[in-house]
Parts: sequence; C-alpha cells; structure tokens
Amino acid sequence: MHIDDLQRTAIHVRKRLMQLIYEARAGHTGGSLSSVDILVSLYFKILKNDPANPGWEERDRFIMSKGHSVEGYFCVLQRAGYFTEEVLSSYGKYKAPLAGHPTRNVPGVELNSGSLGHGLSVGTGMALSFKRDNKSNRVFVLMGDGEQGEGSIMEAANAGGHYKLDNLTAIIDRNRLQISGNTEDVMALDDLEERWSAYGWAVKQVNGNSIPKLLACFESLPFTSGKPNLVIANTTKGKGISFIENNAAWHHKVPNEQQYKDAISELDKMMEELNHGA
Amino acid sequence: MAHNIPCRQAFTDTLTDLAHKNKDIIALTSDARGSVTLNRFADELPEQFVELGIAEQNSIGVAAGMALTGKKSFVCGPACFYSTRSYEQVKVDVAYSKSNVKVIGVSGGVSYGALGSTHHSLQDIAAMRAIPGITIILPCDIHQTRIMTEQLVDFNGAVYVRMGRGAVPDVYSEENVPFEIGKANTILEGNDITLIACGETLYHAYHAGLALKEKGIGARVLDMHTIKPIDRDAILKAAEETGTIITIEEHSIYGGLGAAVAELVVQNHPVPMKIMGIPDENAIHGSSSEIFRHYGITAENITAEAEKLLK
Repeated sequence: MHIDDLQRTAIHVRKRLMQLIYEARAGHTGGSLSSVDILVSLYFKILKNDPANPGWEERDRFIMSKGHSVEGYFCVLQRAGYFTEEVLSSYGKYKAPLAGHPTRNVPGVELNSGSLGHGLSVGTGMALSFKRDNKSNRVFVLMGDGEQGEGSIMEAANAGGHYKLDNLTAIIDRNRLQISGNTEDVMALDDLEERWSAYGWAVKQVNGNSIPKLLACFESLPFTSGKPNLVIANTTKGKGISFIENNAAWHHKVPNEQQYKDAISELDKMMEELNHGA
Repeated sequence: MAHNIPCRQAFTDTLTDLAHKNKDIIALTSDARGSVTLNRFADELPEQFVELGIAEQNSIGVAAGMALTGKKSFVCGPACFYSTRSYEQVKVDVAYSKSNVKVIGVSGGVSYGALGSTHHSLQDIAAMRAIPGITIILPCDIHQTRIMTEQLVDFNGAVYVRMGRGAVPDVYSEENVPFEIGKANTILEGNDITLIACGETLYHAYHAGLALKEKGIGARVLDMHTIKPIDRDAILKAAEETGTIITIEEHSIYGGLGAAVAELVVQNHPVPMKIMGIPDENAIHGSSSEIFRHYGITAENITAEAEKLLK
C-alpha cells in the first residue's frame, strides 16, 4: 500500500473510531486517536500477517498492551480484514463479541488486555520462544506512556535485554497525557530513552503520527543486532481532531452530537486536502 | 513406603524425563531452580529451561507468551509468591487469555513454617478458585504427583498446582494410584461420616478414618485432589449417604476446600459440616508438622472432631 493510501486509511480509521465511540456512548477517545498511525503502519505495511488466516504460524505477533485504546485497534483489524463491519458495529452492545478491551475471541487479537503492564511480558515470552526455535517471527507490543508506571514492565525490559531479543519491538505511544493530566506531573518519565538503554535495549525516537517516519523506523528493525528494540513514538493525544488534541479531559470522554459532527467534518477536510495534494 | 522424596522432586524428575521426549515442554522459574529442584532439568535441557530472576509477574507473563506460541509452559516457584504477587498475571495472561500454562506452586501452605506469613500460602486456593477457567490440583504424595505430571503435559489449559516442600508419607503406591483430573478418589469406604481432604492433609484424614473404623464408625475418606472443577457427584453422594462431612485442608478456613464443599452441600443437600484448616490469623511459626499439630490437623484430632460431630 502506497503512503497516501496508508494516510487515507488512517483518516478512515479515525472517522470510524469516532463513530464507534459516539454510537456506543463509551470509549477511550484520546489514546485511540494518538495510536492510529502506529497501528496502520504496522498492520498495512510492517507485520507479516494474513487476516484471512489469523492463526497462521508464521505471522508476526502484535500485542495491544494499552488495551483501553481498543476502538482504533478494532477499526484497524476490521479494515485489514480480520472480521466484518457487522462484527465491528457490535462494539459496546449487549453480549457483543467486541468488548471494551481486546480479547482473543476477536480474530487477530493475540492477548486479552486491559490491565496495564502485562503485554511486554507476554511479548517477551513469544519472542523468546521464536528465538529458541530459530523462527523468524517478530513480536510487537504497543504500550502507553502512562502505562510505564507499571513495575512489571521493567521486569520484562530486564528479561528482554538479558535474552537479547532483537525480534522483540516495544513501542511507547508517547502522547504525554494520562487520565489525571500531564505524564510529567503525574509520574515523570521523560528519561525513557536512558532507562531503556540501561536495560540493554536499542532505542529510537520517532514522530508517531507520521506514517512515512514510522515506516522508515520499523523498516530499520532490528536497530542493533542482539538487542531488543524500543520505539518511543512521540504522538499527540487526540491526534486529528483539533478540540480533542492535547486535552486530558478527552482520555475517555464521549463526543456529543455537535462534537461528533465537528470531528467528522475536520477529518473529511483532512481527507480532501490529502486527495487534492495527491 | 518410607522414602525421602518430596513431591516437588517427584514432579521435576517426571517433568524432566518427559521433556527429553517432548521439546514443547518448557520449565520457567524465578530464581527458584534450587527450591523447586529444577537443577537437573536446567542442566540437561537448557534450551527448554527459562530463568527469569526474582520477577514473578514477568515469569507468569513470559510463560503465557511461550504457551501462546505452542509451548507447554510449566512455571515453577514458591506458591506464596505465584498466588499473590503474580495473581493478576494468572488471572489475565493465563486464565482469561486461555494460555496453556501450568502454574506450579511449590513449598505451599505452611511448608515454610518458620519463615512466617510472607512465605505461607494459605489463601491460594480461595484466590485461584474465583478465577474462571482454571483447574486447581493438590497432589497428596509422590505417586499421585507423578501421574498428575504425566497427565498435565497433555492437558490443554490453565492449571494451578500446589505441593509441599518436605517429603510426606505415601497414601498411594506405585501400583495403585488412580487419578483422573476432576474426579475424587474414595480411599476408604464408610457410611457414617465423610472426611474430605486434599494434598498433605489427606494422609491424616485417612488415618483418622482408620481410627474411626476401629471405633465402629464407618468413615468415608475422599481424596479431593482436584478442587476445581470439584467432583460434585462424589460430594453430594457423600452428603446423602453419610449425612455428615468434615473437610481438612492446609489453607485458611475461608474460601478453600471446605468452602467449595459447603457451597455444594448447603445448596443441594444440607448436612452438618465441620471445616478444619488454619483459622483467620497469621499462622504461628514452627515446622510444618508443628503447625499442623497446633491447629489440630492430626489424625487424633480429626477423629475427635468426627466423634463430636456425630454425637
């Protein structure tokens, strides 16, 4: 898929996730929007996968450790072909297959998540298993920046470095906001690069809302042979919708009718500009 | 038969032998290879052994990740830590995510008697029981541990096993060790009262049953090695046929074997019951057998409680 098409896909995903949240009257708006470009880059260009065969043994594994940003994730999985639009529309409904956090009942989902700080350990186990079996599968784990407060992540970082898992890539959606406000006020973590380097990881910072830059970054994996990889993806929480961007109140705020219309119109405008530019 | 082999050793010896033939078997631990007795496994099968250091949460998560790529993960360490420190990983990464992980809690209950409550696991059954989709097994001796280990290799699902630290007397023999996950064994027949036990308390219950027989009281003794899924039929049959039940466990009297039995009995066929175990307190310090004696987990006291209940 060409970069323009990936960017169009990202806009479609943003529109669809806003509709999902608006109709379900629930969702994690800000963090879903910030991670869309990362997910689109991975699912449509980087991951070795086959949506028609989600259990394919040779697939790369992706774990959504920041499970609350599920709306963007589900929209990307649906668009990639893992399940139908009808299944996606069930989100938030009584007895729906799609819950408010990812579960393995949903095709394409590799781990039930929602409680933070779990994904990297499981990803470490997967990567270690592939390494021991001399398999080429890679493992990607997307975490939030607020999630970095969970100590279990440091246990996993320790093990990833110890076992030299260069087939493992952790990504931090560094949008600088968590539910209570600015990450640096809640529990400072601006020295992420130093922390992870000290654990033996190869670290790169990238503009996490730029698909070309994300692709260039992911295409250079592994960054250093024998080291696990950390991508600090600097993003904007609420990316793509002006009144949601960089506003902690939108962590899990649901748009009212006018806000929803405004959001869609901003995204439509973005699409028009992209199409004219192309 | 007298021997000095603890259940954990019977488990690791069996697992190591099986792992030589099945490369999917992985043993993981958190700096507990010595206390679990995994040294032979680690030496002979380094590619199937994973050391994770003192990091129980990560150990369970890594075990789940390996299982999700097709491995048969056995994550082995002290029951006190795996059942508390990494409880959420067991709940989410193992049970909820349906990963094929066996959590092997060794030196459980009051095995680490003198080390205090940080090292006791007297809440593990209660905690694990409330997690949907997990199987809980407490083997009583080395023979049962061996056959359980063989069956666990081919059992696909989340399992929590608790075994003790020291060598314990046999209940079964190499030739006679019936074992089916989820099915209680009746090790003594009787129709006056039923004693239900699991793990290390079974031996004491069995000897209480023998003592009661001598006094003319027909005690049925059930080995409830699997606490979840529990053998509903055996329990309700015991309630109907014997009319009185005593449970004996190395666990808090809250939420463990006794509670599991009582939940069934009270809702289906209420009969007088006594739940014997560790009361709601931090257990006293002492050797495992001293603690058992202190809290009345002896054949003599179980016999006395049975007589009292039948009066």
